[in-house]
Amino acid sequence: MSEFFTEAVLIATIASGIRFAVPLLLAGLGEAYGQRSGVLNLGVDGVMLLGAFGGYYTVLKVGNVWIGLLAGLGVGLILGLISAFITVTLKADQGISGIGVFLFGLGMSDLLFQRLVGTPRFIDTFPRIEIPLLGDIPWIGEMLFRQNLVVYLAFLAIPVSMVVINRTTFGMKIRAVGENPEAADSLGVSVAKVRYATMLIGGTLAGVAGAALAIDLGIFQQNITNAQGFIAIALVYFGAWRPLGVMLGALLYGFVNSLVIQWKTLGIITDSWSDFAAMAPAIITILALVVVATRFRAPSALTKPFERGE
Amino acid sequence: MTQAGGSLRVSSKYLAYLVPLGAVGFALLVATIMLLALDASPIEGFRALFRGAFGSTDALIETSLKATPLLFVGVGITIAFRANVINIGGEGQMVAGGLLSTMAALWLPDMSAFIMLPTVLIMGFVGGAIWGFIPGYLKAYFGVNEILSTIMLNVVAVQLMNYLLRQPLIDPAEIERGTRIPQTERLQEGADLPLMFGSDRLHIGPLLAVLAAIAAYILLWRTPLGYRLRAVGQNPDASRYAGIPVKRTITLALTLSGALCGLAGAVLVFGSEGHRMVTDGSTAGFTGSAGFNGIVAALFGGLHPIFTIPASFLFGGLLVGGLSLQRAVQVPSALILALNGLVVIFVVSTDRYRQRLRDQDARRAALQTVESEPAGDRGGGDEP
Repeated sequence: MSEFFTEAVLIATIASGIRFAVPLLLAGLGEAYGQRSGVLNLGVDGVMLLGAFGGYYTVLKVGNVWIGLLAGLGVGLILGLISAFITVTLKADQGISGIGVFLFGLGMSDLLFQRLVGTPRFIDTFPRIEIPLLGDIPWIGEMLFRQNLVVYLAFLAIPVSMVVINRTTFGMKIRAVGENPEAADSLGVSVAKVRYATMLIGGTLAGVAGAALAIDLGIFQQNITNAQGFIAIALVYFGAWRPLGVMLGALLYGFVNSLVIQWKTLGIITDSWSDFAAMAPAIITILALVVVATRFRAPSALTKPFERGE
Repeated sequence: MTQAGGSLRVSSKYLAYLVPLGAVGFALLVATIMLLALDASPIEGFRALFRGAFGSTDALIETSLKATPLLFVGVGITIAFRANVINIGGEGQMVAGGLLSTMAALWLPDMSAFIMLPTVLIMGFVGGAIWGFIPGYLKAYFGVNEILSTIMLNVVAVQLMNYLLRQPLIDPAEIERGTRIPQTERLQEGADLPLMFGSDRLHIGPLLAVLAAIAAYILLWRTPLGYRLRAVGQNPDASRYAGIPVKRTITLALTLSGALCGLAGAVLVFGSEGHRMVTDGSTAGFTGSAGFNGIVAALFGGLHPIFTIPASFLFGGLLVGGLSLQRAVQVPSALILALNGLVVIFVVSTDRYRQRLRDQDARRAALQTVESEPAGDRGGGDEP
């Protein structure tokens, strides 16, 4: 255990915990937009998987991680549009149609990977960017300011989302449509347009999250997300539909994951105990769901398709 | 808290048959486009798929075996959905059922199949029931969205499985050899699922699943409990005024749903060729994603236990045939999973329109007839 409490190891653990939190954070923030507008999108994991493959394959072919990230973004945008069409225009059951999107993404990403790539090959990962001055702060600098660009952007997305949701007209429309679509509609807000917009944001962020995951690992494999898309959905509840809450949840998962890996490498815990430790955030999330369910209120129109004046 | 899902209801008689046909047509169309895009011959692919799934006795046996967990899960999902509870936790419930029944077979003294077989099946049932009870109770009494709690319990179940199979349940020989493959030793023979029709592969699993489907049908449409489940699913408020214990009914719906998924897990263990439980670290490695694919079968069967039987057989066939398709035209069998996703999307996307048409039918019928029917008991057992 004493090997763990060295400066270098502790700092490395925290730094990689922050990095591990990024896909969950991005996907969770995207999902928060959708849920605030009344759409529970369960297809996140499928979108992440296809975004991950899109990102990986692009980097493999083009050799540029940023174009890879853009590819993930594009994939997410298209799937966001399709998801919006299914849940908003066709008014399909949100929970179940999301499982359809998930199964499609799971099968399709595996199919494309096997057919187009076959044997896994490593790709370039994101370069680390040391922020001048801030990166030189002892401890904190190493933990926070020597990360890659995606990490900075993901954390920047939190305050941006807070402002967008709470302080802009668009955010007000999102909240209105999520709480009382009838009233919003009668005031001339297009429920469908707002929900399309949030689904596009959600899909895009999920696609980016998937690409970020694959490029950060430098590899793609079948079911690479390992249910992270589903966890991201739960984190929106965990965070009581607030961007900061989503961040806390994502960091919890990130830190536990990096702790478990670090302890395993140092031989502090065996493989089997690491499974036990990895269970912890899931159990904490379930407990948090209970607390949130009793203390906070979900957007009133969540999961309810909007039907005009009937 | 949120009312999850909600719009899944039985459709009107005539449209009920069109939707599965439409879904198949849609899936075939997309599959054709995908095969063409991947430079493979659709005709050759489909022929291989059909032959591999239904073209010989062996194929039919494999299809039945593959359909078995889908049917158990599909029936379980149907019970939950009928009570308007969405169970996404089939994967975790299968794992829980598999684990508990494995522990029973491992730790109980060797006994004759007469005692052992029912014991392990009951333990599978109980394991899944526990994993279904938790989200059911949390939904009923705390308002926790069951979609999320069942998803999170899937995550817990897989870690629990990995821990148990790597540590307390591992085959001692794996430790001696130092290979440490996370699997149990061969479980006692008394728990083996008996084989049928002189086959060396076909065990009684498919038969058990069909019996479970029939039992679920009787439960849902021929017992007061089933009536309560469906009443709560259609209108919880009216049910509450009618004196139905809504919270208990919701808890029970998810518990029963989980129990059936747990049975699927037990059948996977004791019907496996190695007669042991193995993990590759993921849920899908154990379940073959039946916890999700069972949802597809249930939806395709119109959320009716009896119609879920042919639906499971069809999807089991697709999964088996997918492997032949892969061999014939070198398109990975993951194609089938992708198509399953499209079938789900198709079925739920058309649900709203069927609902609207059904409402029109109902309104017309209500105008024509004066006498009223008991509220929750319409659209009963004879429709898919």
